[in-house]
Amino acid sequence: MNDGWRLRLQRIGAIVYKELRQLRRDRLTFGMIAGIPLIQILLFGYAINTDVRGLAAGVVDLAGTQLSRRLVADAEASQVLGEVVRLPDPAALEAALRRGELRLGLIIPADFERRLAEADPARPAVQLLIDGTDPIVGNAARALGELWAEGGRRVFAILTRFNPERRSSVFVVPGLIGVILTMTMVLFTAVAIVRERERGNLEFLITTPVAAAELMVGKVLPYIGIGLIQVTLVLALAVALFHVPVNGSLLDLYLAAGMFILANLTLGLFISTVAQSQFQAMQMTFFFFLPSVLLSGFMFTFEAMPAAARHLAELLPLTHFVRLSRGILLRGAGLAELWPELAALAGFAAALLGLALLRFRKRL
Amino acid sequence: MTEAVIEARALTRRFGAVRAVDGLDLEVPRGVIYGLLGPNGSGKSTAIRLFCGLLLPDAGEVRVLGERLPEGAEAVRRRIGYMTQRFSLYEDLTVRENLLFVARVYGLGAEGPARVEAALRAYGLAERAGQFAGTLSGGQKQRLALAAVTLHRPPLLFLDEPTAAVDPRSRRDFWERLFELADGGATLLVSTHYMDEAERCHRLAFLDRGRVVMEGEPRALIEALPVQVLEVDCARPRRAAAVLAATAGVRGVSQLGARLRVLLERDVAEPEAHLARSLTAAGLPPAAVERVRPGLEDVFVAHTEGRRP
Ligand SMILES: Nc1ncnc2c1ncn2[C@@H]1O[C@H](COP(=O)(O)OP(=O)(O)O)[C@@H](O)[C@H]1O
Ligand SMILES: [Mg+2]
Repeated sequence: MNDGWRLRLQRIGAIVYKELRQLRRDRLTFGMIAGIPLIQILLFGYAINTDVRGLAAGVVDLAGTQLSRRLVADAEASQVLGEVVRLPDPAALEAALRRGELRLGLIIPADFERRLAEADPARPAVQLLIDGTDPIVGNAARALGELWAEGGRRVFAILTRFNPERRSSVFVVPGLIGVILTMTMVLFTAVAIVRERERGNLEFLITTPVAAAELMVGKVLPYIGIGLIQVTLVLALAVALFHVPVNGSLLDLYLAAGMFILANLTLGLFISTVAQSQFQAMQMTFFFFLPSVLLSGFMFTFEAMPAAARHLAELLPLTHFVRLSRGILLRGAGLAELWPELAALAGFAAALLGLALLRFRKRL
Repeated sequence: MTEAVIEARALTRRFGAVRAVDGLDLEVPRGVIYGLLGPNGSGKSTAIRLFCGLLLPDAGEVRVLGERLPEGAEAVRRRIGYMTQRFSLYEDLTVRENLLFVARVYGLGAEGPARVEAALRAYGLAERAGQFAGTLSGGQKQRLALAAVTLHRPPLLFLDEPTAAVDPRSRRDFWERLFELADGGATLLVSTHYMDEAERCHRLAFLDRGRVVMEGEPRALIEALPVQVLEVDCARPRRAAAVLAATAGVRGVSQLGARLRVLLERDVAEPEAHLARSLTAAGLPPAAVERVRPGLEDVFVAHTEGRRP
């Protein structure tokens, strides 16, 4: 216990160096470091796209005023609608919808401006016809319709903050960084110590002067670096391919990510002190991964979940990181404003490191 | 008399219902190669793990290098080397990387790399230095493991069945190294189930079901044997073995090819005639009965036979 810090650091350094060497030779893990972020971002960015864009639409403008033309122009600008086809009368619109040529249509009555001024809910200013056979189209178009049907001057007030074009990639990427880190960081460390146990390395290692805490720190350090590389990779792709904005400070984002990575790594360490085999470690990781993804607010709106789920979600590091990264990247918030989330991550990391150290004895 | 580097008193360790080590008493003097001899499952590995502080005993106590375990475990760890039964270095690191890692972990500092290079030469691993440890042969792996656990020059070494997966020639070479280490002043505790290896030890203890059944120098143990050993050459050895086992004074019979090795109580006079009479009476007259020099295996059989259920 009375060795100098120099020796301690040397031993930690030896473990870090060894770990990096092994990592470089472990093709699968090495591939996962770059592969998981790459696949995930392309998957979420392109394939799982809940944006509804370029819907084929028709308009019957019976008013023909300046205001009605502005309404049509605004609808086109929202990007929900594709090119808007002008049609002579409501019957032609109905026929085109039936044939499936159009997904939705707008009918602007001749007395459009008067109806707008009256704002009588019984006499809406604009009629929106929707092809209800596709639920996503329906939802998107209905949301559009609701904005307009509110009457008054709000007709043109289609104001969506932070993601004006409502692109899902912008919404998804900040959380996705967290999902990718949860998936890889927990797994890597969970497996790291169990593997040494399984391969018999631990029996030798624990008869050396390496202390439990040194082993843990040495195992965790390389992955902090790897996690930050993953963050950089995802962010670079997100900015280059999907034009995700970086409104806040990058330093804040990396600090938040660093704390989040630490939280996940300590969880991985804890798992590795409980699991008996690499397979068990993987099972436990996925047992944790699923609720993280579902409850963190990454998939579903946090406020829309039942109270019990929200309480549970507060215990998951991903919940806090999703708030941090959305806040920093999209709203341009700083860590000074978001500190409770950072504190929650720090608390989680400290608690799990404590648990892991309690469980890990230098014994068999 | 604190020359003992390992002192175990009534040491016991259970795994569930199994008493892996059961009231073990042991005293290992400084500077010797001490053999821990016993069949598989007799508790050799468990005993060594208890001595290294890797397992906690359920009862009894151990002192290693003057330190009481488990309190002194950390201090002891710096001064021992433990070569595990199973290869426990990193198969995906090269031979040199493994040794450099061990050197750093033991805090050898600037001296580390020089010691690693010296060890590579001394253990005949210089040409293999850049090869992954996982691709070494059994004998090479054992040499690497021994090089690794001696890098910090510990005064006490634990070697758990170090030659189990090694051909006879490599085994001889390996034992040469062990003698060199002992000459250098180190104490070695070596577990084995090979009798020929046990005979090379300065002292040894026979382990059976977690207990020391006998302890001493190999010569003395053989001389103190309470039985005489005879070999019987006869036509139907399996039938004959059954007859001999039931003969008065016989403590054990084992078959070696066509011959039978018989342990007979020492006070039986004219032992050759005694066995020949018994066999002839059963209609199996032997071709030859002769007295032979007893070995360690006979010592072990004589002390454990009859206790077995
Ligand atoms: N970790 C363990 N868990 C359960 N049983 C064990 C464990 N280690 C050893 N044993 C049991 O203890 C007994 C002694 O084992 P061991 O010390 O490995 O013997 P040896 O090394 O002489 O072959 C055996 O019956 C073995 O099954
Ligand atoms: Mg064993």
